[in-house]
Amino acid sequence: MTDQQPGHGNCLLEVRGLTKVFGELRANDGIDLEIKSNEIHALLGENGAGKSTLVKMLFGSLEPTSGQIFWKDKPVRITSPGQARALGIGMVFQHFSLFEALTVAENIALSMDQDVSIEGIAEQAAVLSREYGLPLDPHAHVADLSVGERQRIEIVRTLLQNPELIILDEPTSVLTPQEADRLFETLAKIRAEGRSVLYISHRLEEVQRICDRATVLRHGKLTGACDPRLETPASLARMMVGSEVKSVSNAGGTITDEILIETRNLSAPARTPFAVALKDVNLKVRRGEIIGIAGVAGNGQSELFDVLSGEETVPDADDVRICGTSVGRMGISERRLLGAGFVPEERHGHAAVSDMTLSQNMVLARHHSDADVFLTGGPLKIIRYDAVKKASERIVREMDVRMSGEDPVASSLSGGNLQKFIVGRELDRQPSVLIVNQPTWGVDAGAASRIRQALIDLAESGSAVVVISQDLDEIFEVATSIAVLNEGALSEAEPASMMTLERIGLLMGGIHGEDTKVEAQHAH
Amino acid sequence: MTLAEAILLTITTAATPLLLAAIGELVVERSGVLNLGVEGMIVMGAVVAFAAAQLTGSAYLGALFGMAAGCLFSLLFAFLTLTLVANQVATGLALTILGLGLSGMIGESFVGQRGVQLEEIAIPVLSSIPLIGNLLFNQDLIFYISIFSVFGVSWFLFKTRLGLQLRAIGDSHGSAHALGISVIKTRYLAVMFGGACAGLAGAQLSLVYTPQWVENMSAGRGWIALALVVFASWRPLRVLAGAYLFGAVTIGQLHAQALGFGIPSQFLSALPYLATIVVLVIISRNRRLTLMNTPASLGQSFVPDR
Amino acid sequence: MRIELEKRPAYSALFSMLSPFIALGLTIIAGAILFTALGKNPIDALYSFFIEPLTELWSLHELLIKAAPLILIAVGLSVCFRSNNWNIGAEGQFIMGGVVGSIVPIYFHEWNSFIVLPLMLIMGMIGGALYAGIPALLKTRFNTNEILSSLMLVYVAELFLDWLVRGPWRNPEGFNFPESRSFNDSAVLPELFPASGGANMGIIFALIATLLTWFMMRHMLKGFEVSVLGQSARAGRFAGFSSTKMIFFAFLFSGALAGLAGISEVSGAIGRLQPDISPAYGFTAIIVAFLGRLNPLGIFAAGIILALTYLGGEAAQISIGLPDKVARVFQGFLLFFVLACDTLIHYRVRLVTAVKARTEGEGAS
Repeated sequence: MTDQQPGHGNCLLEVRGLTKVFGELRANDGIDLEIKSNEIHALLGENGAGKSTLVKMLFGSLEPTSGQIFWKDKPVRITSPGQARALGIGMVFQHFSLFEALTVAENIALSMDQDVSIEGIAEQAAVLSREYGLPLDPHAHVADLSVGERQRIEIVRTLLQNPELIILDEPTSVLTPQEADRLFETLAKIRAEGRSVLYISHRLEEVQRICDRATVLRHGKLTGACDPRLETPASLARMMVGSEVKSVSNAGGTITDEILIETRNLSAPARTPFAVALKDVNLKVRRGEIIGIAGVAGNGQSELFDVLSGEETVPDADDVRICGTSVGRMGISERRLLGAGFVPEERHGHAAVSDMTLSQNMVLARHHSDADVFLTGGPLKIIRYDAVKKASERIVREMDVRMSGEDPVASSLSGGNLQKFIVGRELDRQPSVLIVNQPTWGVDAGAASRIRQALIDLAESGSAVVVISQDLDEIFEVATSIAVLNEGALSEAEPASMMTLERIGLLMGGIHGEDTKVEAQHAH
Repeated sequence: MTLAEAILLTITTAATPLLLAAIGELVVERSGVLNLGVEGMIVMGAVVAFAAAQLTGSAYLGALFGMAAGCLFSLLFAFLTLTLVANQVATGLALTILGLGLSGMIGESFVGQRGVQLEEIAIPVLSSIPLIGNLLFNQDLIFYISIFSVFGVSWFLFKTRLGLQLRAIGDSHGSAHALGISVIKTRYLAVMFGGACAGLAGAQLSLVYTPQWVENMSAGRGWIALALVVFASWRPLRVLAGAYLFGAVTIGQLHAQALGFGIPSQFLSALPYLATIVVLVIISRNRRLTLMNTPASLGQSFVPDR
Repeated sequence: MRIELEKRPAYSALFSMLSPFIALGLTIIAGAILFTALGKNPIDALYSFFIEPLTELWSLHELLIKAAPLILIAVGLSVCFRSNNWNIGAEGQFIMGGVVGSIVPIYFHEWNSFIVLPLMLIMGMIGGALYAGIPALLKTRFNTNEILSSLMLVYVAELFLDWLVRGPWRNPEGFNFPESRSFNDSAVLPELFPASGGANMGIIFALIATLLTWFMMRHMLKGFEVSVLGQSARAGRFAGFSSTKMIFFAFLFSGALAGLAGISEVSGAIGRLQPDISPAYGFTAIIVAFLGRLNPLGIFAAGIILALTYLGGEAAQISIGLPDKVARVFQGFLLFFVLACDTLIHYRVRLVTAVKARTEGEGAS
């Protein structure tokens, strides 16, 4: 399908044998890629496949180890983002490259290579955002904007440079389904103007819907180039993941009436200028139930996790109840003693200390709940590392954690393996209550399915589980009922079988959203 | 010259080194770097300025060398923290410890010598304005530079493209790098600017304030300058206000010592230091406000992936 | 040509051991260059700096006298720094330890009892701890930067001591010298081997503090808590540890040890209060703490080395006429090199020449 000779005339960007080595890791290994003008080209691959490395080289923020890039059939060396912009390549970053303390116009000015007055930029931006239906206030501070609005800044600022190729890195991972639809319309408009788009994603359904061609990466290598519309989701998934990933089986255990986790009109003020306040959150999780909490990033997920785990306490003890005990004022250690387990979103520096060994990270979460085994009695509290090591070896075995060395430091494990350890650390205690935030974020498909299965099994064995996640596929896969978090308010949980993607999308954008009047009317 | 005028004049002399050092550190911190070595750079500036003035006979050359010394000395800090990503707090302390030692060694042969004083430059017409003329327009060059630096830095940070880039780096070095802004190079320049300012502040001490060399003559001014930056919420005009407030406290306690009042002189000497603590407490008490104003990447090392 | 860093997957245990030695080596080379620049023969200078003080028994005693306060303070600071609390006011806590510990021998100067000395030591520790408690209180209550507040308090402590010995505590029989009464025998720290020199119990305190702190950091949950909160406050909260309590613990612990060092110095090496009781031990101890890689056992060795630079400075001044400030310069160099070498623990460092970078971007590692 691909033409091996560069320069047959209709390629905008062509890449031959591009390779990037970090130490011993070949993040990209001999990648070939062709983007024609006037197409939306998908770059598919799961987490860690090397997609971001590839586009960073195309945008000049990483230097290739070897290989060649052609722009309009001429060999080029892209050594800086400025040079990429000068060629006509624009980039919309996944984790936005925005500055919270600056205004929208200042943020845009920073990506322009020539010195334009802030006022001039504000005007241009206003015109463009009208043209593409991306409303923006140039003088607003980024810190005050929602995730969707932030993405608009990125897109407007890229369009302002009038690029011929726009790279979008996982753009829909932070959007509601409705916002994603609007983005697709914008992309169609961009293509209609004769520009090309390189669209990076791991979502097959999206790619099949909007992309003309696709290139698939796995473990840094090229595994396929195809027209996604001619493929089936299964065939695309095979190219992406390689072997078949075991699908998660959800038989659905018995749900009893016993409520293990409960919050009653739980409110908590925002602790920092960048945090979200929780508003009257009511949550009931019964034995055997998995409740999925959906929502766009930054709507109070970590704040909710913190008050459930006890990392933040609330003044009224009755606001949070775990296993029938009022725990609002209890800290995390006391809540663990009641049989609760917690898996926070951030692995490094929250769930685990990066420079500490796995067994030390074992002590981190369980020194209090397992004090009789892990510590000697008395005031000295000497850590019994022999017992700790035994426990952490058990978890490594149980969860199939792959690592080098006997007791390595957390930072040396891959994201998926460290996450398996962190989840296993809690499951090992057989908690009657488990609260997890983004359990499979940045984790490879194999580890993700293993973790999801473990959550389901735990619920079937009679525990109550809360899964906070921004991944709707994950929520549908594991949850027995679903609620949506939006600007710190939680919708009423509804049985998963009665939920649709559309309905979740409306709830996600229900109250917030500046230009979602139509949806707002539908939302209750 | 009236007594009030004389007192105000001494206040400007006491405030100028604080102002210069603080305005330099403000630029450094706005770029996301915390350089705790201000004290060391001031004292290096002071000794080199004094030595150069003695050897060349020119106070202007002295000031120039003092500035260069502060700048060069800050490069040491920049190399360790920016290139070798050493801990900024520890390296800043190292710079202060080394500066105090090195200046003592360099200055040993100059102890007790009478120095060359930087002369006043009367600005024609303006200096004859009653009341403020003598105070504002019949001063030494370093005073003029210090006032100019406040407005210059303010203009640079908020009106120029490079200033915007510098603020952006201080807010998020990762994003700045992704956009192709040169984080390390900009930070090097900022640190060197801070060093030059601190060096000039030191030159003011040994050429204007007390034209002689005394070991450890910076006497904690570097640390007060650091506190002033926090006090000013990283805004240049507030640094000006803060520096003059502290100048007034310093001079006030000196006059109080002269008058006696029966208060032990040590207690009065401790006033500027205690005032620093009190001011810091008042300013930082509001956690949210502090968090909003502090450059978000302050004190964090940056390693670009290539 | 530029320097590039590449993060190691896990920190290097080898360089974690080696880096202080590399730093020492580099400091000695830099010292040799400095001595040459000062017009001295570098070999002679290095000899009188590092070897000469070790050749005589009495100066070995001096070495222990100087090392004791450095080690005591630095061991306390290591707990502070490891928990990410930047107490740089140990000099002030040292002084306040000396002051508070001296209350008994100055006000009850005729009281001879075995209880006097333990009382002094305990009061010294309390004095240092309480003084360190001020920045801790300000940090936890008002979010005040502890670096600046603890440092400002050094100046205040120095002035307070100055006032005491020139004012209320001045020796009434002392011809107006700014110093307190000399302590009576029961208030003086006993010497270890009076026959050969003046080394006193201070070094024993330092040894005990080193071993206990090592045990705590290595084996006890408290030590684990210190490390976790120092590396990530967020992970510490997840573990159920309290940052606020840790701030107080770290400051009170290091303040108490600095206070103990202060009263030991006053009672042992000096025998009275005077305006100047410390040749910047509180600041030099910061270098000791880093040279010892914040490990108590390493700090004990580092304390001896830094004590040697004090003695070496004096020796070199007498024997070859080097200015005594050279010792401070040496100490400053040492800290710089230690910090620079620590980069090797977490990163691979490589030089990339411009030409090579342009063509390949892959350097030798």
